[in-house]
Amino acid sequence: MASIEMRNIVKKYGDGFPAVNDISLDIADGEFMILVGPSGCGKSTLLRMIVGLEDITSGDMVIGGDRVNDKAPRERNLSMVFQNYALYPHMSVYENIAFPLRLAKTPDDKVDRLVKEAADVLELHEHLERKPANLSGGQRQRVAMGRAIVRQAEAFLFDEPLSNLDAKLRGQMRTEIARLQRRLGITTVYVTHDQTEAMTLGDRVCVLRKGSIQQVASPRELYEQPVNLFVAGFIGSPPMNFLPATVEGNRLQTPFGPIELDERRAAAVAGRDLLLVGIRPEYFEDASLVDDAKKPLGSTFTARVDVTEWLGDQQYAYIPYEAPEKIRTHLQELSRELDSEELRTQAIVSIDATSRIREGRDAEFWLDSRKVHVFDPETGENLTRDAEAGAALTQMANEDREEQVAEAAGGLTGERSSGAA
Amino acid sequence: MRYLFRPPATEAAALLDLPWDRPLAEWDPALLLDVPQRGISRHVVRFVATEGRVYALKEIAEPLARREYALLGEFEAEGLPSVSVLGICVDRPGDQEAILVTRYLEYSMSYRHLFSSPRSQHSTSQLLDTQVVLLVRLHLAGVFWGDCSLSNTLFRPDGDGLTAYLVDAETAERRPELSARMREHDVELARERVGAELMDLQFGGLLAPDIDPLEVADALPERYAALWDAVTREEVFQLEEQRYRVAERLQWINDLGFDAGEVELVHTPEGARLRVQTRVAEPGHNRRALFRLTGLEVQENQARRLLNDLRSYRAWLEQKDGRPVPESVAGHRWIAEVYLPVVDAIPPHLAGRLAPAQVFHEVLEHRWFLSEEAGVDVGTTAALRSYLDHELPKTPADMTTPSVLAAPPG
Repeated sequence: MASIEMRNIVKKYGDGFPAVNDISLDIADGEFMILVGPSGCGKSTLLRMIVGLEDITSGDMVIGGDRVNDKAPRERNLSMVFQNYALYPHMSVYENIAFPLRLAKTPDDKVDRLVKEAADVLELHEHLERKPANLSGGQRQRVAMGRAIVRQAEAFLFDEPLSNLDAKLRGQMRTEIARLQRRLGITTVYVTHDQTEAMTLGDRVCVLRKGSIQQVASPRELYEQPVNLFVAGFIGSPPMNFLPATVEGNRLQTPFGPIELDERRAAAVAGRDLLLVGIRPEYFEDASLVDDAKKPLGSTFTARVDVTEWLGDQQYAYIPYEAPEKIRTHLQELSRELDSEELRTQAIVSIDATSRIREGRDAEFWLDSRKVHVFDPETGENLTRDAEAGAALTQMANEDREEQVAEAAGGLTGERSSGAA
Repeated sequence: MRYLFRPPATEAAALLDLPWDRPLAEWDPALLLDVPQRGISRHVVRFVATEGRVYALKEIAEPLARREYALLGEFEAEGLPSVSVLGICVDRPGDQEAILVTRYLEYSMSYRHLFSSPRSQHSTSQLLDTQVVLLVRLHLAGVFWGDCSLSNTLFRPDGDGLTAYLVDAETAERRPELSARMREHDVELARERVGAELMDLQFGGLLAPDIDPLEVADALPERYAALWDAVTREEVFQLEEQRYRVAERLQWINDLGFDAGEVELVHTPEGARLRVQTRVAEPGHNRRALFRLTGLEVQENQARRLLNDLRSYRAWLEQKDGRPVPESVAGHRWIAEVYLPVVDAIPPHLAGRLAPAQVFHEVLEHRWFLSEEAGVDVGTTAALRSYLDHELPKTPADMTTPSVLAAPPG
């Protein structure tokens, strides 16, 4: 297993357009790294440069300490998981996992050991002698993973592996992949355009935009301390709401009334003109359901609700607001870039499922002002980002991961030695 | 729901009544055609027949369906050997996947049949070459297949050989030009898949005992490299040799089953440097000539054979009548007096096992074989009778092309 280091990687095509522009990224040995971004952000190109399918225009690709720029894909010993989903009907599950080894003329005893180890990790042990036709959807996918495992690769690579599965299987597979990666502790790079997948799978997530890295951080850091409008708008579903705001001392004036800022954030925005304030849907609540002790930590405002959406365990209300032309243009550009539906000048707010707020009526809402971020609409920069708090979140994620990998390694060694005995 | 299809698609209209709102797996079997001998697919695939034509329907995620639809359309327009796409159905209720509709490739065979059938006169080596030709053709056109396997290929008998067609472009990608690494990777994927597919046949007891899957798989990259080199290599030779060297090279490219496009010859101090741009389209010279003369649409090798027969028939007519016979007249008379009597003689219970032009080709072969044995020309009538009695029935009934199966009896 190996670390993957990228130093100032550039990929230019014939027309000189940089599809990947000066990317430096370190992926630790055993880490699960997600590359995410809208189409055209360069994530797949970057993955293909790791695999060796795309030539690197400039920069260094270092895998396990070796510069591999000039190595052919097969010399890099990486495994593209799910590049072959096909299950061969006459072959047992065992042989369906073993065939890459058979083709490489691996001795039988080694095949047997590797297949059985993989079957242990994947909990396919009882099914090894069966034909694939008798397997469930999830088990079939695990067989395909087994093929990747027996290759004993330095790292696993996934290129949008779930995009052609139906929603149910996609959820199952996400869990399978995460579990497998933890158990094997193998360096993994996973490309997706789906931010939900990115948030649920990775140790760290690298958000890309137009060939450049925007932010590399744990899912929680991305969510709570995004560096800019792009990351803030890309991560989270439903997306963060962006409202126009002007500064008045320690306060932001917004279409939803004044929002009080703490000293640190007030200082960060002092002297600015027109700004965007970013508020996640869950920072709102039906004011009548907010605890009195909590109320002073935010502000209360009244607004007319356009639509409510009740989903059983949660509820959303849609509140239109007015925004100056300039802000509307910025938001339109942003949504185009994010490949998202148009960010309309309407806030999506999450309210308790028991709330009786009704459509077409005025209602009183509460907004948790402790967690809002303020952005410069021109540069997109998050003016109120707390880098230290962000780093602490990513540090926490790292510690969790190390603990899990250590646990998994312990468990696995146990199984391996018992299998060998 | 929304249907997208390419004109001329009057045929699509006949498909509109199908229950597109239902999952393909739940369609009434009465609507479907049972097509045996298919490869392995991870999607739900069904076949339907309307108005004498057969279609393959595949359920896949919408973005993939749209991409495959666009790519297959491009391939067809450029004459790449691929299945022909009719259209897609998207926005199906309940968030169902899209359905991609392709026209069934009539008279085609899957590798399962070719490798396991005792009748198959095609050697493993020939099959592998056919597959490699397809891959080289795609690579010349800048297509990365990503899933080159026997399951994703259909084979059509064409004269003495076979032609391979791409039937699944789900993972395919188009580039202005493919890098050597992309090609190498594609070949490596193909090696692994072909090996696994043959191993699978072996486990099922369906593979001829003299075929070793590993050996076949390992031969694929070598053959690919040799063919790629042959059709793309730049050559440098002495100026005085250039005339015959150019002719030789072009003949060689033709012999490999490719047509030369543009030929570039540059005189340099070291000699003449020859670069030949190989056309990606299936070769079609004979096919077009036969179509012009007879209106018959057949494959290239079949066309070559039929044209030869037509030409000798014309010579015979001229000799008999003692005056020149125009090509077009000979064409009409050959169709009526030679070709149709042979293909019309195929009894209904044997119809559809091989394309009519292939039957004609095989009858000519058979005639040659019988004549060799007898030491005297046995004539077409006797050869035809013997062929229909003894040879054609060896092609199993499950090879019958679906459109003939679907046709009402009589």
